Amino acid sequence: MDKRDPFRHNVLTSGHRACSGCGEAMAARMVTDLIGPDAIYVNATGCLQVFTTHNEQSAWQAPWIHSVFANAAAVASGIEAALRARGKDTPVVVQAGDGGTFDIGLQCLSGMIERGHDVLFVCYDNEAYMNTGVQRSSSTPHAVRTTTSPSGRLSQGKHHLKKDVISIIAAHHPPYAATATVAYFPDLKAKVEKAMSMKGPRFLQVLSPCPLGWEHDSALSVTVSRLAVETGLFPLLELEHGELTGVMRLAVQKPVEDYLRLQGRFKHLFGTKEGAVELRHLQALADARIRRYGLLEAETEWDTERSSQVSRHGRGGYVIAQRGMGRELDNEL
Amino acid sequence: MKKLLEGSQAVAEAVRLCRPQVVAAYPITPQTHIIERLAQHVADGELEAEFINAESEFGAASLVLGAVVGGTRAFTATASQGLLLMTEVLYNIAGMRLPVVMVCANRAIGAPINIFSDHQDSMALRDAGWIQLYVESNQEAVDSVIQAYRIAEACELPVMLCMDGFFLTHTFEPVELPTQTAVDEYLPAFHFDRTLDPGQPMTLGGGSEPDNYQEFRMAQHDAMENAVTVVEAFDTSFGEQFGRVYNGLVQAYRLEGAQTVLLGLGSLMGAVRDVVDKLRDQGQLVGALRLRCFRPFPAQTLVQQLGVTQRIIVLEKAFSAGAGGIVATELRAALQQAGMTTAVESVIGGLGGRDLTPEVIEAIFHGAQLDDNGASCRFVPHEYNPVE
Amino acid sequence: MILTDRQVTMSPCFHEIRFHGRGGQGAVSAAALLALAAFNEGFESQAFPKFGSERRGAPVEAYVRISSTVIRGHNQVYAPDAVVIQDVSLLRSKALLQGLKNEGLIVLNSEQQEADFNKGRNGSRWICLPGNRIGQNFLGRPLPNTALLGALAAGTGWVNLPALEQAVESHLVRKGEEMVKANIEALREGYRFVSQGEGVVS
Repeated sequence: MDKRDPFRHNVLTSGHRACSGCGEAMAARMVTDLIGPDAIYVNATGCLQVFTTHNEQSAWQAPWIHSVFANAAAVASGIEAALRARGKDTPVVVQAGDGGTFDIGLQCLSGMIERGHDVLFVCYDNEAYMNTGVQRSSSTPHAVRTTTSPSGRLSQGKHHLKKDVISIIAAHHPPYAATATVAYFPDLKAKVEKAMSMKGPRFLQVLSPCPLGWEHDSALSVTVSRLAVETGLFPLLELEHGELTGVMRLAVQKPVEDYLRLQGRFKHLFGTKEGAVELRHLQALADARIRRYGLLEAETEWDTERSSQVSRHGRGGYVIAQRGMGRELDNEL
Repeated sequence: MKKLLEGSQAVAEAVRLCRPQVVAAYPITPQTHIIERLAQHVADGELEAEFINAESEFGAASLVLGAVVGGTRAFTATASQGLLLMTEVLYNIAGMRLPVVMVCANRAIGAPINIFSDHQDSMALRDAGWIQLYVESNQEAVDSVIQAYRIAEACELPVMLCMDGFFLTHTFEPVELPTQTAVDEYLPAFHFDRTLDPGQPMTLGGGSEPDNYQEFRMAQHDAMENAVTVVEAFDTSFGEQFGRVYNGLVQAYRLEGAQTVLLGLGSLMGAVRDVVDKLRDQGQLVGALRLRCFRPFPAQTLVQQLGVTQRIIVLEKAFSAGAGGIVATELRAALQQAGMTTAVESVIGGLGGRDLTPEVIEAIFHGAQLDDNGASCRFVPHEYNPVE
Repeated sequence: MILTDRQVTMSPCFHEIRFHGRGGQGAVSAAALLALAAFNEGFESQAFPKFGSERRGAPVEAYVRISSTVIRGHNQVYAPDAVVIQDVSLLRSKALLQGLKNEGLIVLNSEQQEADFNKGRNGSRWICLPGNRIGQNFLGRPLPNTALLGALAAGTGWVNLPALEQAVESHLVRKGEEMVKANIEALREGYRFVSQGEGVVS
């Protein structure tokens, strides 16, 4: 319980040092409050770890450990094994950035899932190594400029595509994997609750805008997060045992430029010939993702016949596709 | 021509002048500005190289290993946690006798996590078989990068260039950058005999057995001992060409008639020189000795230079938990081997970026009460901390 | 390099300056520019930051040394001759003036002309400059750092304006001609503000 305010009991309490508008702080607040203080949190090195445990202070009101950058999933696996040996069922949750998930953390994450540890791994994806000064990670989208993928005479920013980590995770066939973002809280909530109701290795990738690194106004974090989804660049998905079981349908597809123009990290693409090529690439990527996951499919639950069955506090336009499991899955609309 | 440059930027320029064709790195404070500068150089076509963003430091070290056996000059930089993560590969590089050059932006090791400077990271790797040079200024960093490539490629030994994180990497100070022509003259084009090549197939990194492993290590040790001469020689020839020299292995300062010598590594020696000047003005017979080359350990040179003094105070920014000061321990061994009984005091300070100011150093000289941790080392008391 | 009278007959000098700001306000840049200006005039100089965490809004300190002789030490500045405070809110939380020499100078980014701020401490001089407003006018953003540099130069005479302008030009060249010009204007305004006696509180 928060000593200063007996009615306040956030797992991630106030006084941390995140930048204003930090998407990761928002996401971590949401996720950890949904999970609650009766859990053990293992944090990888990164922004969240740094801004919550700076210099002999801590903003955590739950058991929490930070070891090194690469090993959060392995440390969590060890904790989980110990709890099992002791007959305790306290949930174990990993929190890592994209660095600690996609790159340096991938090996341990793969091991954790492959061995079936009962751990929820949450990746707060702000698409670069933000805490050390905005260097590129494999999660950084194509054509983004970072300090180690700068734009220059010969370069339009990062050459490579954003690593499709959810597919890598899916290939491990974990009981549950999903993507979410801060702009869609009911969706995030439902996913966290679903994950927490299951056993085994579970994975959440939460897109978390970073005003500093993405170079947008700190008041626009939620807006930017919503546009990432609405353009198709960041599809909201659910997978069970490697099979796609749910997608967030898009009512309408917004052009990627709506999203890109708000962020300085794409600024170099506007007004040059080479930049224009990359803008087309980014649109093509969005289009491809929309096609791949059927985000605009014609058979939609938006039609009025079923609308009376839609309860608005649900996931907002959620449809469970009938694939993979070969059976009807409940619609929680 | 001299320019005011940030240390990281100056080092990146020096690397660029050495013409590596592969730069592979993973960001870690306080090395980031070095690799960011190199990334920008590549993006602007000012450095013709592959800039590879590694997935981790383990990857980065492996990438430069590959680049060298693939036949190109390569570069990486790291610090602290990253250096430790590379450890297995660093031993591997040294064991395979590969001419890799790396800058270590010296930083403390966690836990507790700390981004500020001390020497725990590179000291932890002192047994790995890498040549280790510690620089005092950004100018020396620039000059030593260039020397490092020449040393590495001549000796077929990897070189770790240690520069204090933040104190040097993030400090703007005047630096003279050599011209490309001058560097090309000093540093020959990359050549490595054991480049992997179908035209001349070789097996690298094979197995060994008890009956031949020791001989590999002995050869490595011999190469390291010979490197003492090489480090000195290439510093001298650098001085002849560029007009700046660092006395190769150790740099003495006002040692004439010194009854006490303050010995240390890296940027803290700048403050030590200021203290020596002040104390000398007061009539104290004190001097300083900066250890530039820590591996190979220049025992002979140290013994020569420290011959007449009575008391050596070793200022250490790293220590071995449960054993004590590292540099002092090695120094004592060298002195004892030479039959000398000079008193050596090991003082641990500056850990985790704590500032060793001239006032603190002066207090240490005056033998003020230090935290006693047995005979192996003593820690600078917290009260000595400059008030911030 | 700017040739000044100083280069010909350089008398011994040694100045230490400490900058206090918040991440994103350009305190580190300001320190680098000051060191660069001094270097342009033929002095030895040094500038470096002290980091807390790398984020917008975090308190940042930066240090500068200007000397007629080679600077060998790399320690932080504990007894500054001048302190530049880029964000007045910092005065609340820290002993920002710690170690300031007697008769030292404080340059404060503040709209207030009245020094309600520890007046008469150790005979120190105060310069209060509306840096955010000047930044807004010339740069379109409330960035006070170049204006404060101009004020510092006018208040101390440790570097001259042309050297500072040259430093701005070379250091900010990547930001484009417009930004360079705007920063020079802000620099000049800060300088003018002080040299014409505005905002100087003794």
